[in-house]
Amino acid sequence: MVTTTIPVAEGSAASEDAITIELKQPWLAALLAWAVPGLGHIYQGRTGKGLLFFVCVLGTFLYGLYLGGGKVVYAAVPWEQQYRWQYWCQLGVGLTSTPMLVQRQRMVEEKPLLWNGLMAPPRNEPVHSEDYSGNLSTQPNELAKWTVELHPYFELGTVYTVIAGLLNVLVICDAAGGPLIISHGSDKKKDKKENPPS
Amino acid sequence: MTPISLLATMFPGLIPLLAVVSLWYAVPIVVSVSLVCAATRHEQLGPILHHALRFGIWIVVFMAVVMGVLTLMESLA
Repeated sequence: MVTTTIPVAEGSAASEDAITIELKQPWLAALLAWAVPGLGHIYQGRTGKGLLFFVCVLGTFLYGLYLGGGKVVYAAVPWEQQYRWQYWCQLGVGLTSTPMLVQRQRMVEEKPLLWNGLMAPPRNEPVHSEDYSGNLSTQPNELAKWTVELHPYFELGTVYTVIAGLLNVLVICDAAGGPLIISHGSDKKKDKKENPPS
Repeated sequence: MTPISLLATMFPGLIPLLAVVSLWYAVPIVVSVSLVCAATRHEQLGPILHHALRFGIWIVVFMAVVMGVLTLMESLA
């Protein structure tokens, strides 16, 4: 069991204002926090924060997925012209985003896709597209079709899911090491004045 | 033709206002980012909400300043 002590009152370094947090098995908590946002905190008994992280991070990710029509979370494939770096950030959300790796593997091996193509990468073949006015066009590949049909929601959904993944990195750090306390320079000076080095 | 594009055709002066409408998509993400960042710096609900409110306001002011600078640059171009 690892414990950490943080000042409860902002800017106060007094020991009577401090609270002690028990960080049960930090590495396991970090792994759980990656798998399901907030689960690491719930495992450590920090239920309130766990639920807050669960709602905020997963809510952001799922809203982004909804905005992007379920197309914005997919892993990079070898034939893509532009490398899909965003998926590294999206993987931060954990198990919710891992179907994209399964779908990528199945597409590379030319096996049928699962879950009705959810989180599958775009196919590299010409596809037909129809806009809101009923005009038909041929797009060079499926990614171009998604970008045209969903614009600007494709970009919005990508941003939402990327930010959700990056936020979960902060959550993982919090599960492993406790809250990040930033000590201000003025506090350090104050401490030195009150407790001069002997 | 979608209602928004019809409105933009009828009232071209409203186009900048319609562009601002997309800023509403920033609200959920500002709330989420400020809450999560604040919660990684405190352990109790009170300080978390206080920090989140200040951080959220900071983000909105930052976005407004960037928007102001971009608008100024556009008007000067």
